[in-house]
Amino acid sequence: MDLAHLAAGFGAALTVIGGAFGIGKLASSAMEASGRQPEAAGDIRTSMIIAAALIEGISLFALVICILLALK
Amino acid sequence: MWVTEINTIVDSVKTVAQTGAKQDTGWIMHHVLDSRTLDLPFIEIQLPQIHLFGIDLSITKHLVFMWVSLIVLISFFIHISKTYKKSLVPHGATNLSEILIIFVRDEIAKPTIGKGYEKFLPYLLTSFFFILTCNFIGLIPYGSTATSNISVTATLATISFVVIQVGGMMKNGFFGYFKGLVPHGMPVWLLPIMIPVELLGLFTKPFALAIRLFANMTAGHIVILSLLGLIFILHTYVVVPVSVSFALFIYLLEILVALLQAYIFTMLSSLFIGMAVHQEH
Repeated sequence: MDLAHLAAGFGAALTVIGGAFGIGKLASSAMEASGRQPEAAGDIRTSMIIAAALIEGISLFALVICILLALK
Repeated sequence: MWVTEINTIVDSVKTVAQTGAKQDTGWIMHHVLDSRTLDLPFIEIQLPQIHLFGIDLSITKHLVFMWVSLIVLISFFIHISKTYKKSLVPHGATNLSEILIIFVRDEIAKPTIGKGYEKFLPYLLTSFFFILTCNFIGLIPYGSTATSNISVTATLATISFVVIQVGGMMKNGFFGYFKGLVPHGMPVWLLPIMIPVELLGLFTKPFALAIRLFANMTAGHIVILSLLGLIFILHTYVVVPVSVSFALFIYLLEILVALLQAYIFTMLSSLFIGMAVHQEH
C-alpha cells in the first residue's frame, strides 16, 4: 500500500473538480452574454478561450505534482 | 452471454485489490517520455550518444522529431514564399498559410501589442508555427511530441522571456522599464509589497507558459494510452468498443488542444510583450 499513489489520486480528483467548476461558470456566462448580444459573439468567444486556457493551466500545475507523486 | 467476460474483469480487479499486484504500466511512460532509441515500424534504431565537455548532448527521440518539424517548416515556407513571385493572389497551400499568418497578425499581434507590432511579428509567427507543427507531428502514429518534453517548453518560455525583457527595455530604457513595472500613482506604503510581487511576476508568467504547454501535451497522450491499456490490464475483449471509442474521442479532443495550445502560447507571449512595451496600460 502506497500513500503517495492514493494522494495522487485524491489530488487529481480535487483539481478536476475545481477546474471544471471554474470553466463551467465561465462558459455559462459566455453563453448568456452571447445570447444577449449576438454581434459580440466573436469577441466573447476569444476571451472565453483565453480565460479557459489560463484556468486549465492552473489545474495542470496540480496535475504535474500528482504525476510526480504517482511516479515516486 | 457476457458472464465469462464479466467474471474475468471481476477476477482481475479482485486480484489487483487483494494482492496489490503491480500491473506492468512501464510502457505508458516509455511512449510518453524521451528515449535514446527511435521506434519505427519493425525497426528500433539506437541513437548515438555524444558527450561533450561533460555535458550529455546525445541525440534523443524528441530531438529527432524537432529536426523533422524544422525540415517540414523550412521546406513548406520556402516553397510558399516562392509562389508569391508568380502572382500576388494566393492559391492552394499559399492560401492556407496566408489565412494562418493573417490570423496571427490581426488577432494576436495587433490587438495586444498595438503600435510597433511589426518588430515582434517574426518571433510570434515562428513560435506559433513551430509549436503547432511539433504538436501535430506527435499525433501521427510512430510520431512523438517534442513539446511534451519539459526542457523544450522551458526553452521556448525562456526565449519568450528574453524577447519580452529586451523588447521592454529597448522601448522604455533599462531603468525606465523597471520603474514602469509598478503602476503609476501608487500610495508609498504599498511599494514594499508591489515591488517583490511585480519582480516575481516577471518570472512566474513564462514559467506558467512552459508548464501549461508541457502538461497539456503530456496529459492527452497519457489518457489515450491509459484507455487503450485498459484492454490489456483487464485481459478481455469486452472493453474494446468502450475503450476504443473513448480513446477516439480523446484523440479528436487532442487535435483541438494542439491548435489551442499553440494559439494560447503565442497569444500570452504577445500579451506580455504588449504589457512590457506599452507600460502605461
